[in-house]
Amino acid sequence: MDLSYTAEEDEFRARLREWLGKVLPTLPVKPSPDDWPGRRAYDCGWQRMLYDAGYGHVHWDASPTTRLIFLEETEKAGAPYVGANFVGLLHAGPTLAAEGTAEQRERWLPPVLRGDEVWCQGFSEPDAGSDLAALRTRAWRDGDDYVVSGSKIWTSHAEVADWCELLVRTDADAPKHRGISWLAMPMSAAGITVRPLRTLAGSAEFAEVFLDEVRVPVGNRVGDENDGWRVTMVTLSFERGTAFVGEVVACRRVLGELAVEARRNGRWDDPVLRRQLGRLNAEFRALWRLTQWNVSEAEASGGVPGVGGSVFKLRYSHARQELYDVAADVLGPDSLDLERAWVLDRLSSLSYTIAAGTSQIQQNIVAERILGLPKGR
Amino acid sequence: MRFQLTDDQRALRDAVRGVVGRSSSAGVWGLVAQFPAPLKGAPRLDRGFWRGLGELGVFSLRLAEVDGGAGLGLPEAVLVFEELGWALVPGPLVATHLAAGVVPGAATGETVVAAADGSLVEWLDEADVVLPGAEGAVALRSVDPLTPLHRVPAPARTDPVAVLLTAAEQLGTAARVCGLAVQHARTREQFGQPIGAFQAVKHLCAQSLVRVEVARAAVYAAAVTGDVVDIAAARLLADEAAVRGALDCLQVHGGMGFTWESEVHLHLKRAWVRARRGGGNTESEELLAADLLARAA
Ligand SMILES: Cc1cc2nc3c(=O)[nH]c(=O)nc-3n(C[C@H](O)[C@H](O)[C@H](O)COP(=O)(O)OP(=O)(O)OC[C@H]3O[C@@H](n4cnc5c(N)ncnc54)[C@H](O)[C@@H]3O)c2cc1C
Repeated sequence: MDLSYTAEEDEFRARLREWLGKVLPTLPVKPSPDDWPGRRAYDCGWQRMLYDAGYGHVHWDASPTTRLIFLEETEKAGAPYVGANFVGLLHAGPTLAAEGTAEQRERWLPPVLRGDEVWCQGFSEPDAGSDLAALRTRAWRDGDDYVVSGSKIWTSHAEVADWCELLVRTDADAPKHRGISWLAMPMSAAGITVRPLRTLAGSAEFAEVFLDEVRVPVGNRVGDENDGWRVTMVTLSFERGTAFVGEVVACRRVLGELAVEARRNGRWDDPVLRRQLGRLNAEFRALWRLTQWNVSEAEASGGVPGVGGSVFKLRYSHARQELYDVAADVLGPDSLDLERAWVLDRLSSLSYTIAAGTSQIQQNIVAERILGLPKGR
Repeated sequence: MRFQLTDDQRALRDAVRGVVGRSSSAGVWGLVAQFPAPLKGAPRLDRGFWRGLGELGVFSLRLAEVDGGAGLGLPEAVLVFEELGWALVPGPLVATHLAAGVVPGAATGETVVAAADGSLVEWLDEADVVLPGAEGAVALRSVDPLTPLHRVPAPARTDPVAVLLTAAEQLGTAARVCGLAVQHARTREQFGQPIGAFQAVKHLCAQSLVRVEVARAAVYAAAVTGDVVDIAAARLLADEAAVRGALDCLQVHGGMGFTWESEVHLHLKRAWVRARRGGGNTESEELLAADLLARAA
């Protein structure tokens, strides 16, 4: 067991740190949370800077440890988050890289890396959330196209996306997991209507997407027809894999800020609160260690992240909510003021136990796939 | 960074596992059989078994080779103590380990060493030596039938290494009770199916595993860094994993879990005893809180 880094890794860290120190002060002002076109431009501008400096590929072809260092350093330095590029960089892109043809990779990957194209994820439907394989959006063949009709929901960043990783039913008669296909749908196609939905935090972060006879070329299908569920599992393993590394670093920073604020406003003298903060310190230190453990494991086995991501996601999503609950105790009545730091974060943390598979679904996965307990009805 | 067990560490763990635990007669059931009616009288420590632990290197592990040890470090000690926790091995294990090289005979298991930790001493009457002493010790009727306890009036300071090794034992217990719960959930049938098919049971087991994995990462990392704040974090996570895990394991076992014959209560009671060592949770939480301010300063 070793927690030290190689000379090469240390050098990567030092170079990155130096570069961040130089470029971060040159960034434009962050757009307001509700300005999606502004946020798209900002996030893509940042991705372009990473690309030009040679860091654009880091999520894909760097070693897991190098990626860990990248996420740690960018978060520590206060660099922008992947934001609108989340789906393209962290799961559609890796899925295309793993499952796409050479032609598909050539068409779609470079623009994601350059920050030219943004992707969204069209998996969930009004009647297919946790039970994702129950999806009903249909696609039938007409010449070289699929014609797609149906609707998707909770599609994050749909308003500003160029492409959508879309799950459709291509065989209505097959068992539900067998008749699904994975398509890359251009969001500019005729027949797509995006209706923004407001989150409880007040921003139009996701949307409902209506599809009325949208034509998608057959060549945009990734994997075989009706083999989309297998491709979906690849996508989900990326989504639940190491996507939260930077956030753990961020939570540790917030915790330190909370302690300082508590001392400033006198709440530090409350031993109950102090001990809660101490316990959260233990929690996030342990989550960081678990991240290092999982990254080392991925490095040893090389390949798609395993179901271990569910263990991490379960614990992390609750810890994050607890962190902002304690933040509210530190703030007291100010915790009801949306202008105060941490209040919006508290609201958005509520999605963590729902999005990307609810905690209940993650517990089923851990119990059935890791512990081998029987599937229930 | 290669935060995974090395081949040597794996081999060491497997060797200890083979001797103290899983398959051997010195495992939990052999020990329980020694104490058929433990509500009365104190247990005796099996000196032969203790010397066996000495031969295995449990106490001398971290001594230099010239002093008769194996010259290994905290990570190896943690792996060994995890196995001892898993197998519910009784006795003042941590105290004797820490006395190796200091008290003659401790390293080989010839001498049994007990120590005051916080305001408690475990195994006082069976010990040959007590560190740093146990003036005014009063016997308690111990909740754990396999750990006799005395209370001392002046609380003793705790060594961070003792806290870490205790966390390792707790981790072993946490893994053990998770395994027991899963095993029972797979085999016990109600309503025509294994109870493990019911989500309420499934989720208890899943959370138990999540706590084990988080605690494991924390305990192993603390062993690598040896840092007192890492150690404090490890003990909080490991205490939670052991105590909560044992309680949930008991729940999964239903009525059977409430009986003396089922081993579940023994794991729970031991986890409770260990959670009182090293000043208890409060001390670790305060240390971790102070660390937040120290880092921000
Ligand atoms: C902020 C946010 C962003 C999102 N972004 C996207 C996106 O970009 N693209 C996309 O496709 N989706 C997205 N989602 C959707 C997300 O994946 C789903 O919300 C999630 O999978 C849950 O589905 P649901 O909302 O239909 O809830 P339901 O499935 O209806 O669940 C409701 C409740 O029932 C419980 N439940 C359901 N089934 C079971 C079961 N078998 N056992 C136990 N409990 C069960 C759930 O745990 C939950 O508590 C997003 C969601 C959020 C909150």
